This record gives sequence, C-alpha cells and structure tokens, in this order.
Amino acid sequence: MFELLAQTGLNAAYAASYISLVAVGLVLIFGVMGVINFAHGELFMAGSYVVVALYADRMVPFFVAVVAGLIFVGILGLIMERALFRPLRDNPLGGLVASIGFLLILQALAVLGFGVRMEYVPPLTQDVIVFADKISIPVARLYVIIAAVVMLSALWYFLKRTRFGWALRASAQDPEAAALQGISVTQTAMIAMFIGAGFAGLAGALTAPLVSVNPHMGHTIIVTAFIVIIVGGVGSLEGAVVASVVYAFVHTFVTTFYDGVLADITGLSLMLIVLIVKPTGLFGSADRA
Amino acid sequence: MRNFLIWAVVAVALIILPNLVSFSQQEVLVFLTINILVVASYRLLTLTGEWSLGHVVIMGVGAYASALVTKELGLWVPLGILVGGASAAFIAFLLSYPLFRMKGFYFLIGSFAAGEIIRLMWKRFRDPFGGAKGIKGIDPMPDFSIGIYQFDFFEPVSYFYFSAVVVALCLWILWRIEKSPVGLTFHAVHWQDKLAQASGVNLRSYRTLAFVIASGFAGIAGALLAHYIGTINPNSFDVEVMVFVLTWAIVGGTGTFYGPILGCIVLTILNEIVLRELGLEQTRPLIYGLILILSILFMPNGLESIVQKFTRRKEAK
Repeated sequence: MFELLAQTGLNAAYAASYISLVAVGLVLIFGVMGVINFAHGELFMAGSYVVVALYADRMVPFFVAVVAGLIFVGILGLIMERALFRPLRDNPLGGLVASIGFLLILQALAVLGFGVRMEYVPPLTQDVIVFADKISIPVARLYVIIAAVVMLSALWYFLKRTRFGWALRASAQDPEAAALQGISVTQTAMIAMFIGAGFAGLAGALTAPLVSVNPHMGHTIIVTAFIVIIVGGVGSLEGAVVASVVYAFVHTFVTTFYDGVLADITGLSLMLIVLIVKPTGLFGSADRA
Repeated sequence: MRNFLIWAVVAVALIILPNLVSFSQQEVLVFLTINILVVASYRLLTLTGEWSLGHVVIMGVGAYASALVTKELGLWVPLGILVGGASAAFIAFLLSYPLFRMKGFYFLIGSFAAGEIIRLMWKRFRDPFGGAKGIKGIDPMPDFSIGIYQFDFFEPVSYFYFSAVVVALCLWILWRIEKSPVGLTFHAVHWQDKLAQASGVNLRSYRTLAFVIASGFAGIAGALLAHYIGTINPNSFDVEVMVFVLTWAIVGGTGTFYGPILGCIVLTILNEIVLRELGLEQTRPLIYGLILILSILFMPNGLESIVQKFTRRKEAK
C-alpha cells in the first residue's frame, strides 16, 4: 500500500508541474489584460508540435527544441496580443470570442501541417530512477518537474524583485493607477502575454514525448487549467500553483484507485464547490469579475 | 394585412426551399432549423445578462430524456419530445440553486463545470445512458398523413417540415415572452439591476425563470435532434458545439430577437454550404476562426447592426 501511495504521489508531482506552468500563464494573462484566453490549451499544443517538428522529425537536440518551443509560442502570444486583445481591450467578451477564433485557427493549422494522427515523439531517455521496489520515476518526468520549479522560481523573482515585475503587478492590481504612474499598459500586456504563452509552450514542449500529441490535445489542458485557476482564485499566481498541486494529487489518486472519468467529475465538482462556497477561490482577494 | 402577406410568402418559400436543394443540403436544413431554436432560446438567457457555457449540455438533457422515455418506456415520440423539454427545464431549475449564487465570469465558468459534470455522468454510467457510445436506435417520429401531405420521416424533407412547424411555434412563444412584462423585466434585470431591485423585482427569481424557460426550449431542440439522427452520445453535446452556439449569438448580435438567428443562418450557410462546395474541407475551421475574429474586431455589434443600418436609412427617407 505504501509503495502505491508513494508512486501515485510521484506521478501527481509530475502532473502538478506541467499543470501549474499552464495555469500560471493563464492567470498572468487574465490578471494583466482581464481576458480569458480560451486558446491557452492550443498554445500548449503548439509547443508540443514544435518539439515534433524539430526534435522528432529533424533530429534537433531536445533541449534546443524545447527552448524553440518556448520562444515560438511566446511570439504566438505577442501576435495574439497585438492582433486580438489590444484592439478589444474594452470588450472582455470580445477577447474571449477572438481567442476561440484563434483556437480554431491553431487547431486547423496543426491538422494541415501534421494530419489528425497522433505523433510519435521518441523518448528522450529510457532511464528510470528507482527509489525502492515499485517506487520509481522516469528521468523524462523528472526533467519536467525540475523545469517547472526553475521557471516558476524565475517568474517569482521577476515579479517580486525587478522593475518590470513591479510594473506588471501594478497594472494587474489597478490598470488606471498604473497608467497614471507612467507604466505603459501596452508594454506590460506584451510582457505578460509573452511569458504566459511561453510557459504554456514550454509545458507542451517538455511533455511532448510523454503524452499523445494530436491537434485536439488542448481541450483537456484548458479544462484542467480552468479548474485550477478557479480553485486557486482568479488572478492569484500563488493560488494557481497551490491549486495545481491539490488538483494533480486529487486527480491522480482518483484515477489510480477508481477511474479517469470519475477523476474528471471529482475535479469539476471541486471547482463547483469552490465557486459556490468561496467564488474568489482559496487565495483570491479582490473580486474582479 | 401586409405582415400577414409577408409571413405567407415566408411560409411558401420554406415549403418550396427543401425541394430545390441536394439531399445533404436538406439534412443541413434540418440541423439549421433545430439550431435556430437552440440559439434563440440561448438569447432569452442572455437577456438577463448571463452567458452560460452549459446550454448545449442542457439541450443534451432533453435529447437523452426523450430518447430514454420513448425507447425504454415506449412513450409516443411527440410526447417524448415534450418530456425532453420538461426534463431540461427541471434540471435547469435544480442547477439554478448553485449557479445563481454566481454572476458574470463566475457564472460562465460555473455553468461550464455543471455541464461537464452532467456530460461525464452520461459517459460514466452505461446504465441507462449507454456510456461513451451513447444511445443508438432511438425511435424515429411515426409517419402520419395530413391529407394533402404524407409525412415519411425517412425523408429529411418531411422532418424539415415537422421541425420547422415545431420551431416556429417555439419561436412565437419565445417572442411573446420577450414582449410580455416578464420579458421587459428580464431586460431590466440586465441593464438596471439596482433600479429593478429597488422596484421590488426579485433579481434571482427572474434570472432563474429565464434560465428555466431557455433550458426548456433547448431541451425540445435536443429531443428534435435525437429523433432525427437516431443516435446520441456524450460527444454530441461537448463544448465545441457550445462554442458554435456562442459564436452564432455573438456574430449575429444579441441586441435583437433576430440577431442570433441571423448569425446562425449566415454562419451555417457559409460553413456547411459555401466552404464545403469550394472543397475546402480541412481549411474550414481555419476560415471559420478567421471569420470569427474579423467579425468581432470590425463588427462588434453583430450582423444585426448592418440590418439596422439599412432599415434606419429606409425610414429616414
């Protein structure tokens, strides 16, 4: 029993890592621009396809492909900001619809470029670290955990210790006051969009060898990310990370001991309960909606 | 008298229309008719200012309920359709307790979660919902004759006539509701909620009422769909379908009764007929997404704003 619990815990830690990368990006975009980016799951998918195109098809080293994925998807984010969210700044529902349009375009491009089939991405390494009998973690999953911890710490440092980070948090808290202090709303929106999208791309790129890559993989990701940001409190980065861990553990344990669909139902119920009892989430303070 | 003539012409055109198009386009016409009811009922909910992401699942509740009562209990199909509508309204009534503790963005996400939970229940419980494969072999409408016309429901044309009559009736009821004092209160709940509350309007019960009525009609639409295609599964009502309903409403504009219907008709014709005829099978979602973005960027008030521009100009002359 202990082995099973420990093993499930390790699996959950891996799930928590990539979920929190995606959710933190979504929260950052919502916080600074006030728009729900429905295409966030497809940005994750785009990151995976960069790895398919570079690493699986063209033998580029994996970590170069991952960095390329981060930058490529970050640039996609900048395109979204410039073309969609900036003109629709006063129309939050419009931003949501535009991101749905962008989602359809990204999906169609993936289908056109790669076909509807599942992509095979050769595993980076077959090594497995064995802690004890029946408790082990594949090294590929460990990389995801390490990358998530490093990137999230870097983001935390950036937000709390640098001038750009301060500006970003200021415009998330009160865009008007921030603008009056001479902070460029456009600039902070671009930074937030690049980081938010880039993180989703990074998560997609890192997990590409571990999941089934297909043009419609974004759907599960965006549902999970929504649950996490609601449970954590919309607009709270710390909340998103904590909720990712909680959600990943609950989901992984229910999947292991019962089944996957029941795990999805549990996750959604968790979100519904949080919405009913404390709509601002576990860590949310100000009501933005 | 003039109005009566216009409606008579519309009715004749609708009777002739399916005989001029190909078989697959006749099927599109049936779906279009059903979708018009979905999007028109959705508008009733948006009148109170709330945007739901669970509307298509509620429609599915109607489809599942009607399919089950006709298949398992042997109920007459037209009665089953009414049961479908009633069940959808009842589920919406139950959901309104948790959901209307929220507003705006939280309602949007909450309705999505509630809908997904219902959908996953269909997937999880094979008895009676049939699991991921859904329900197959749903009873079709029994054929009947009205003297001058023999309804044979293997033909899409017949089902088109049948659903067009049902949908027209529902649209008329929705229209009467919107123009009634209740409908005006829905507007007030959205635009003047503080004033409405001060005048003694119970905001929450009016939101609930709009949600329940809208859901009932969505349920009827779902039942119509189930008895036409004969097979339903949880994926027939997933969030991708909801996205289509949302875009019809937004591209059409929700300021008027006809806005969402216009959006539904224009986008369906564009998507199903124009793009399909051009042979752009794989690029269809891409072009559709592009249309969505362009219309929200350059036409934020929807297609109805163009119609209004023309009708106003006529009046000015």
